This record gives sequence, C-alpha cells and structure tokens, in this order.
Amino acid sequence: MSMQTLPRRLGVAVLTAAIVWFLSVKLDTFRDYQIAEVAVEVTAVAGLTVLTGLSGQISLGNGAFMAVGAYTTALLQLHLNWPFVAALVAAAAVTAVAGAIVGVAAARLRGPYLAGATLILGVALPSLAFAYQGIFGADQGLNVVFTAPGFLGATFPLTRWQAWVSTVVALVTLVLLANLCYSRIGRNWRAVRDDEVAAALNGVNVAVTRILAFVVSAVCAGLAGSLLAIVTSLVAPGAFTITLSIALLTAAVIGGLGSLPGALWGSLLIVLVPTYATDLATSHGLSSTVGSNIPIAAYGAVLIFVMLVFPQGIQGGLHRLLTLFTGPDPNARAPRDAPAPHVTPPADEVPASHHEKEGTS
Amino acid sequence: MVEFLQFTLSGVVFGMIYAAVALSLVLIWRGTRLLNYGQGGMAMFTTYVAIEVIYHTGSYWEGFVIALAAGVVLGAICQLTIIRPTMNKPPLNAVIVTIGLLILLEGLAGIFYGGQYRSFPTAFSQAGLRIGGTPLGVSRFDVFVAAAVLVTTLALAVAFRYTSAGLRMRAAAFNATIARLSGIRVARVLTVGWALAGLLGALAGLLVSPSTFLYPNSMDTIFVYGFTAAVIGGLDSPGGAVVGGLLLGIALSYAGGYLHSGANLVPLVALGILVLVLMVRPDGLFSASQVRRV
Repeated sequence: MSMQTLPRRLGVAVLTAAIVWFLSVKLDTFRDYQIAEVAVEVTAVAGLTVLTGLSGQISLGNGAFMAVGAYTTALLQLHLNWPFVAALVAAAAVTAVAGAIVGVAAARLRGPYLAGATLILGVALPSLAFAYQGIFGADQGLNVVFTAPGFLGATFPLTRWQAWVSTVVALVTLVLLANLCYSRIGRNWRAVRDDEVAAALNGVNVAVTRILAFVVSAVCAGLAGSLLAIVTSLVAPGAFTITLSIALLTAAVIGGLGSLPGALWGSLLIVLVPTYATDLATSHGLSSTVGSNIPIAAYGAVLIFVMLVFPQGIQGGLHRLLTLFTGPDPNARAPRDAPAPHVTPPADEVPASHHEKEGTS
Repeated sequence: MVEFLQFTLSGVVFGMIYAAVALSLVLIWRGTRLLNYGQGGMAMFTTYVAIEVIYHTGSYWEGFVIALAAGVVLGAICQLTIIRPTMNKPPLNAVIVTIGLLILLEGLAGIFYGGQYRSFPTAFSQAGLRIGGTPLGVSRFDVFVAAAVLVTTLALAVAFRYTSAGLRMRAAAFNATIARLSGIRVARVLTVGWALAGLLGALAGLLVSPSTFLYPNSMDTIFVYGFTAAVIGGLDSPGGAVVGGLLLGIALSYAGGYLHSGANLVPLVALGILVLVLMVRPDGLFSASQVRRV
C-alpha cells in the first residue's frame, strides 16, 4: 500500500533502521538478540513469501538452503579466515547455485511433487553433516567467531552489533526484493502463477521464470543462514531441521503470502511467541518439553486456521482495516497489493473447473 | 552373496512399509488430487495410541487393532473438519492445511508424550531367520510386516474391484462430476478414502516403529520415502505405489549397506532417485494419465 516507489521503499527502510537502532540502544542484550533473530527470520521468510505468494511455488526446503548459507560462512571463516562480508557474499553465491539446481528440477514439478521434493531436500541435507563428519563436525557443528569492530570500543555489546549487522542485511534484502517484485520479473512471476499458458503465449519463458524465483528465494535463505551463523556463533545440523522450514512457511502464511511487510509480521510472531509460550509454560509449572512443543502445535493450528479463515494473513487483514477507514485508495493498483490471488480468492470466485484442471494437468 | 541376499530381503520388508504409506497417499490423491503431508503425523499419533493401549492392557494385539481403528477415525475427522472446507479453494491452501496438520500433531505428541525415543514392541520374534545356517537378515516379525501389508493391499484391491462401495470410490476418483450425477455421494466417498488412508498409515506406523523407535518426528523420513515411492509409482496408481515402495526399499537397502557411511546418505539417495524419476518421467513410472496423454 505504501511501498510503491523506490524512494518510498528506501524511506521505509531507513525509518525501520532508525527504529531498530533506537530499540537496540535502549533495550537489553536479550532483546538485541531477539532483534537479530527477527532480522534473520525475515530475510528467509521474505524469500519464501515471494516464491510461494508471487511465483506460486511452495518450498519446504528453505531451511536446507539456510544450512547451505550457514555452513558456507562457517567453513570460509574457519579455513580461509574470510571476513564476514566476503563470506556473506560467498554464501549468497553458493546458495544461488544450489537454488538453481533445485529450481531446474522444480521447474518441471507441479505443486505436490515440488513440495515433496523440497521436503526431502529439507530432511536429507542435514544428514550430510553426519555423513562427512570431518568437514561438517556432525552434531557438534562448527563454531563461528564474530566480534564487534574495534572502533566501537571494548565495552560495546556484541549482541547489539549482531542486531545491527543482521538488520542492515535484512533491510537491503527487503528493498531489493521489493524492487524485484514490482519489476518485469515480478510481473512474470505473477503471470506464470496465475496462468502458465497465457504467460507463455505472452512471451514469458515459464521455466526460466520459475527457476529464477527459486534462486531468489534460495539466496535469501542463504543470507539468512549466514546471518544465523554469526548470531548464534554455531552452525550445527540441529538448527536446520524440517521444523525450521515449516516455521518459515508458517511465518509467510501468517503474514500473508506474497507480502513483504507480512513477512515482517510473521517473523516477529514466530520469534517472539515461542519465547513467551516457553516462559508461560514454565511459570505455570509445566515441563520444558511441553513449553518447547506448544509453539510447534501452535504453528500447526495457526497454519490450518489462517488457511481456512483468513488466507490473506495479517497484512491482508491490515489492508482491509485500512480501506475500511479510508475507503478504497484510488491510486492503489489492485493486483499489486491484493495478496496473492492464487492463494486467496473466496470460494465463489474460483471457477468450478479449477480443481479438475489443476488435478489432471 | 549372502550379504546381497540379506540386503535384498530387508529392502523388501522396508519397501512394504513404504508401499503402505505410498498407498495411503495414493488413496487420497486419487479422490481429491491432494497430497496429504499430514499422513506421517497421523501415523505417528496412532502409534502413540497403540503404545498407550499396550502399556495399559499388556496386549499387543489390542493396541494394534485400536491403533488401526484410531487411524480410520482420525482420517475421517481430519477430512470432515479441516480438509473439506478447502476443497473449493486453490490447491495450495489445502497443501498448507495438511502441512499444518502434520506440525500440529507433532506438537501435540510432544506435549502429551514428550520428545524421548520410545521403543515399540513386536508381535513376533526379531531374531534373524536362517536357512540351513545361512542368516537371511530378516526375522519372523519382518515376515509378518510384509504379510500384513500384502494382505491389506490385496483386501483393498479386492474391495475396490468387486464391491459396490469400491465401484463408487473408483467412480468418484475417475470423475467427480459424473459420479455425482449418477447419484454417488462424492463427499462421503472422499471421507471414506481418508479413513482408509488413515488405516494404512496407522498400519505403517505400527510396523515400522519397532525399528525406528517412536518419537514425534519418527515418521518424517518414513513419510518422505512413502512419498517418493508414490511418485515413482505415479501417485494415482495403487499397483505403482506398491512396486515403487519395493523398488525404493531395495535401492535404499543397497545404498545403506554398500555405500561408505551409507546410513547417513540414504535420504539423499532417495532424493536422487526421486529427481531422476521425475526428470525421466514427470508423471511417474506407472501413471495412467501419461498413457492417456500420448
């Protein structure tokens, strides 16, 4: 609604950066850590929400791409002593290649096959860490050293620096993604999502368009993984289970598929809610196993609830609230902000043949 | 040579379990063109039901039967409550709902039963069988596993072919609109399909849990292999699902046995097989639609 031009997007990014800077200075180190976590999460979720909401492809394997980014960062730092920025760029490049490989396979796969193939990727990739223990360090994982630069002074809290770095990377990613979504490429994604045949007839290369969406989403996940490595100082397979991939999907769905602001709302929820749920559970005398499982059950319940009751997610709800007060915005171009028509149309708008067409194709 | 025989036989046994999962996916896919990602979660949950019943009654078979019944009930309830409302929405919605179902069940299992690995009893001895001193690599229980899946599959095949309920299900899967026009209550048929899928999933959970242990995520990999088997078989062919399960089971058994540090690479081998099959034949090896299209 408000992110239509580059200056406005940059404005929003700078404003967000200012808010984060203010919060990180005012709040304690644990909150700083949470800010960093949200930034990591939003980087990955933004990529997924673009992939699923705009190009209509679902991925249950973006946690695996995060693992690729994280291990790339850790290995480069460990063996070649690369500085973080270089490792970050390398992580993006490596995940781009990984994403392209998966994307080539994915471009031939429709909905259920694709989700299944990416699910296997998510399940299978962490096992590499055990198959090649010498390189990846099995369960123990690899340690990552990350320190605040000297000019900030010796007493500068590391978590604040981590929060700053992750926020900057997250915001740059979001601005680039927003530009991409409203460019020719973004239009191609939506065209392919809504009607492949029509898109192809209009000269869109369907396969390349789909693969590109996968690469973009993988790069975002890779950047997020790289950030996660420096935020947690550890890269271990336990962090990249299939639950991570599903948490990313949950965040994208809650926020509203295809919506970048929605990615932020979703990420805030899935970072903050588990912490509160665990606190609540322990303060009510429940065991920590119960506490750690409540968020998982809640993700599931929320995925079902959102899909059944308000598929547009939080951003769709906010948008509807806004139009309720201000009336429909005459400048708004409907397809841009209407969150993901492919996912959201009310039942009566879907032609009756929709299902059979999807199914038998 | 003995090793080869052992790997093959144990591959067949696991292949039958993958086939059961694959069949449950195919049953739902044929009816609703939906892949049920919650299948593994449902199977895991009913196996916890079995373990509770066995713990309280001391009888394996009571737990076995009640878990199967729980699978039927769970399948029907899920279809009626959360799947049916998604039927007139875009397919992605239903896919996300089944993923939600999976993670909801895993979270609930974690809350109720904790995350620790639980051993699951077997009905028969797990001591390796031998023929004339040659160890076969499979046990009495493994024979039961293969037989149980085989019998269930054959029973379903017979029911589909020779009963009027089976005819209705085939009609609904073939063309929902025409079936409805012929007076078949398609919605009810779909519920029955989910119930049967729940039964097959529960069976797979009961049969595999002695070897994998039981924990909230224990069925994730089994589901993934079942899915791979179903895709190899073409997703809409019950026979293909069984053949796919057996092929995958044997292939993964060789991979685990012969490859260096193979056990850890098995999931990647499955991914490789899946991608290969989909590249060569995007509709699976046994898909009927492939034939029709040509």
